[in-house]
Amino acid sequence: MGMKSDIKLIDDNGLRIDGRLPNQLRPIKMEVGILKRADGSAFVEWGGNKIIAAVYGPNEAYPKHVQEADKAIVRARYNMAPFSVDERKRPGPDRRAVELSKVISEALESVIFVEKYPRTSIDVYIEVLQADAGTRVAGITAASLALADAGIPMRDLIVGCAAGKVDDVVVLDLNKEEDNFGQADVPMAIMPRTKEIALLQMDGDMTYEELTTAMEMAMDAAKKIHEMQVEALKRKYIKEVDEDD
Amino acid sequence: MTNSKFTAGVIPEMQRKYIHKLASQGTRVDGRNFDEIRKLTITKGYIPRAEGSALVNLGDTRVLVGVKIEPGTPFPDTPNMGILTTNAELAPLASPTFEPGPPGEEAIELARVVDRGIREGHAVDLEKLVIEEGEKVWVVFIDIHVLDYDGNLFDAAGYGALAALTNAIVPASRYELGDDFSLPVQHYPVPVTFAKIGNWIVADPNLDEESIASARLTVTTSEEGHINAMQKGLCGTFTYEEVQKVINMSMNIGAKVREIILGDSNVKED
Repeated sequence: MGMKSDIKLIDDNGLRIDGRLPNQLRPIKMEVGILKRADGSAFVEWGGNKIIAAVYGPNEAYPKHVQEADKAIVRARYNMAPFSVDERKRPGPDRRAVELSKVISEALESVIFVEKYPRTSIDVYIEVLQADAGTRVAGITAASLALADAGIPMRDLIVGCAAGKVDDVVVLDLNKEEDNFGQADVPMAIMPRTKEIALLQMDGDMTYEELTTAMEMAMDAAKKIHEMQVEALKRKYIKEVDEDD
Repeated sequence: MTNSKFTAGVIPEMQRKYIHKLASQGTRVDGRNFDEIRKLTITKGYIPRAEGSALVNLGDTRVLVGVKIEPGTPFPDTPNMGILTTNAELAPLASPTFEPGPPGEEAIELARVVDRGIREGHAVDLEKLVIEEGEKVWVVFIDIHVLDYDGNLFDAAGYGALAALTNAIVPASRYELGDDFSLPVQHYPVPVTFAKIGNWIVADPNLDEESIASARLTVTTSEEGHINAMQKGLCGTFTYEEVQKVINMSMNIGAKVREIILGDSNVKED
């Protein structure tokens, strides 16, 4: 965020460098149940992001001292593949990944009926195979599908979506260049049914009006992404029913 | 970081009921209003050995922040900028729940949230910290040392970091790089953290409140009234309206805190 450059991110017609309108999402593809061994899994392609999420559990939590007597613990691990970015990333969690894993775990826990599974853990693995800005929100969207695929009861199908500011314009779903050279980024996770906000971060420089506009934009887009999630789940489960007939 | 092994279970439940009952009557365990922060005192220059420092007391939470500055190599993508790095340590002396060892996720989140406010708010003019473009720049290390944990480390550490930066001196003469000069601080981003307790939102939660809060939101605002950073935490949620309210409260409280951080009433020890 905020790297200086002469790149013009919004052209004279108000379009972005990838030709999108300010409130337009990048193309998104979703597929549910793509891994054999995991209890639930999903693959999300979002712009240039390629992200797999897998869910294991609920299983007895281990080591034992992490168990909670009255609920399941939710442990998300956000991990970037070394080849997912321009310059090779050293394998293993860096400080950014540790922070993201924490906030993603908390956001996912908010939607899961954890009280149904005391002393267990629900492990969510988010692997970023290729990164193109907005990986945490794409990862949450994938994780949400994987949780549904694993049959874990949830209050809602949580959606990740980001908005931000580039060249003084509030825009939805920043791409790589906009993320690097833009003025602000606001990643969010939203429960589409109740509009509750489960994850909210922000960095950059925005006025109150710009920030609230960005949040509204992301919340609107969450509805569309939610529809795509529902379609992706139907594609898997309706097909399976047909095959059984 | 919140629940100790000794208080998990029954006591938080009683505590929750008690704090909720107080909130329904419009008050808090220590008698504060919902939008009132604890007593804040900042002692700048507490560690003369450091290039800049500040001891912060926010209620009974105590955090010491030290700034060290030394020459280093710039990042290849920012050859004409100094470097800022923030680290936090939850020393075991600060709480029975803190353990020795490498920083855990709480310490990392704390450091990154403080860093984000200072960095995105452009508190330090990093372009003035170049010694030789592309070769040598000043590296500013902000180290957060938590001494006594009674809730809301984000704000105590954020105030300490900003205060320590404002009294930091770049030790150029030590490295035979000219005369010492004050670290160029140009903006004053101030974080304010809120906790959601039931359906109430309170500013600057103490440990009792933090341990039963469902969600937490830190908003860092600048002296111009812009928002520079936000971080939501814990596994509860906020509505859009609540977030709007929190941002507005953060700006109001932040302005008062900024005066305290910049004020001359602080003890200066030479």
